[in-house]
Amino acid sequence: MTARGLSVDLLLRRSDTFRLALDLTIGPGKTIALLGPNGSGKSTAVAAIAGLLPIDTGEIALNDTVLDNPDGRLFVPAEQRRIGVVFQDYLLFPHLTALENVSFGLRSRRIGRDEALSRSREWLARLGLSELETSKPGDLSGGQAQRVALARALVTEPDLLLLDEPLAALDVTTRSELRHTLDEHLAAFPGPRMLITHDPTEAFLLADEIHIIEHGEITQSGSADEIRLRPRTQYAADLAGSNLVAGVASSGIVNAGAQTLHIADDAIRGPVLVTVHPTAITVHSHAPEGSQRNSWATTVERVEQLGSRVRLRTGAPLPLTVEITEGSRADLSLEPGARVWIAFKATEVGVSRA
Amino acid sequence: MLGLVGVAFFVLPLLGLLGRVPWSDLPELMTSPVVADALRLSMIASISATAISLVVGVPLAWLMARVEFPGRALLRGIVTLPLVLPPVVGGAALLFALGRRGLVGEPLNEATGLLLPFSTWGVIVAATFVAMPFLVITVEGALRNMDRRYEGAAATLGARRWTVLRRVTLPMIGPSLVAGLVLTWARAFGEFGATITFAGNLQGRTQTLPLAVFVALESDRDTAVAISLIMVVVSLAVLVALRDWWGRAL
Repeated sequence: MTARGLSVDLLLRRSDTFRLALDLTIGPGKTIALLGPNGSGKSTAVAAIAGLLPIDTGEIALNDTVLDNPDGRLFVPAEQRRIGVVFQDYLLFPHLTALENVSFGLRSRRIGRDEALSRSREWLARLGLSELETSKPGDLSGGQAQRVALARALVTEPDLLLLDEPLAALDVTTRSELRHTLDEHLAAFPGPRMLITHDPTEAFLLADEIHIIEHGEITQSGSADEIRLRPRTQYAADLAGSNLVAGVASSGIVNAGAQTLHIADDAIRGPVLVTVHPTAITVHSHAPEGSQRNSWATTVERVEQLGSRVRLRTGAPLPLTVEITEGSRADLSLEPGARVWIAFKATEVGVSRA
Repeated sequence: MLGLVGVAFFVLPLLGLLGRVPWSDLPELMTSPVVADALRLSMIASISATAISLVVGVPLAWLMARVEFPGRALLRGIVTLPLVLPPVVGGAALLFALGRRGLVGEPLNEATGLLLPFSTWGVIVAATFVAMPFLVITVEGALRNMDRRYEGAAATLGARRWTVLRRVTLPMIGPSLVAGLVLTWARAFGEFGATITFAGNLQGRTQTLPLAVFVALESDRDTAVAISLIMVVVSLAVLVALRDWWGRAL
């Protein structure tokens, strides 16, 4: 039944109104994202896998070892599971220094003081935190605290890494920087990794496979592209809506392969990720005149009705998702195959360093 | 303005006391055998009561804060009772339970020969009975208010229950714990009613400072004032010295 990696097939009733059903596997060296809105059951999933909350039915197994199986009366408590967790809000112990926080796991596992400290120092150094060894969590910035939390989770060399909203507490600039750090250390971690997030960018960039979770159930699983191109629920469609394009920026222009985009930020240079919200894009029958610096001719590939709105997928040179009102659709008589112009302002383009 | 009335309300009795202090005879009065015995007993009783409260009260607070069981609300009421009950009633209740003919006292006496009333142990028991609720209530409140996710985080790091308590829970409620201990000690130090009812008033065995004041007020005013002064100075010193600790948590 079990295999290397994590396998989860569980049912958990938290109350009469909320239950979590989860069925997924993560192979060694793979990252999966559990992507869902607040209250969808993501943190409950973390608690169940970490061993802080017993499941009602099903089984959780990690590397051929069963961790929780109520039918078999088997439950391995959290302190005996080898799972590294980066918690939402990090939960660094406020009365301990950064070094003591990182060495906590090793000390709890009865590793001698000297070895625990030297291994912890090594991890702090690896994350560029050597100078903050004696700082208390209250004196750390959000980004520093996140890295201490990552060091604390990784220093014990766990078999599985769980990351619960690891970037949510950070401001936008720190977030893209730390997403980088996270990507690096995820890649270096040999076991399965599970990322819990409500931020599609995070999931799309860091995960090999994404599971969308809504109301305690997985509603769609697949690669970032599969979810982007074929969203199956309104929530997934809204997520997919964030057009995400990789490119290289210089002097206010992003070269995204077949198409260049104008952006408002002249200073940013090098590899970037560009987002354009579908509702920010307008559709025209002729080349538009006006202040929208990005515009090009394209073909409508797909038309989807979403309530009172219409979602279009456009084709070459740069496929995008566009959302317009039903009224505009009628005016333009948009059908698959129609030739149109699309346009959006440079200020509507979100740019972050890749 | 009303604040100043409040200040006067607390300061005036203190001034009244200071006005009556026989300054010149003070060294002699304070070193008299009665006062020395009472001071020693008060220290022993109040510190022992605080230590017992720590050992027994913290687990009790943990039980009430963390474990769901039937009758928990009733238990909380019972634990809080010594705070509102007249201490004399508490002392009488202790006598009926632990006295020579008491519910537990009689078998205890037969089995071990130990007799709590009219012994220093009785003083400690009486002081613990009235003072421990301060510790239990403070610590229970702190445990309830603590973010329990930190304990979960410690568990995922491999910490067993005892390690979690020692390295995470107790340090995180540290200020409340100290506050509870200070209040407990202060209450035990000033304890009178339950002690005199349960343990009696024997110099050198059960006569603590408050009891000595009570006796001296009848016969020797100067000694009463001197003892009162000792109590004021010691209590105030402890409360002020540890103010940073307990003030933060309350």
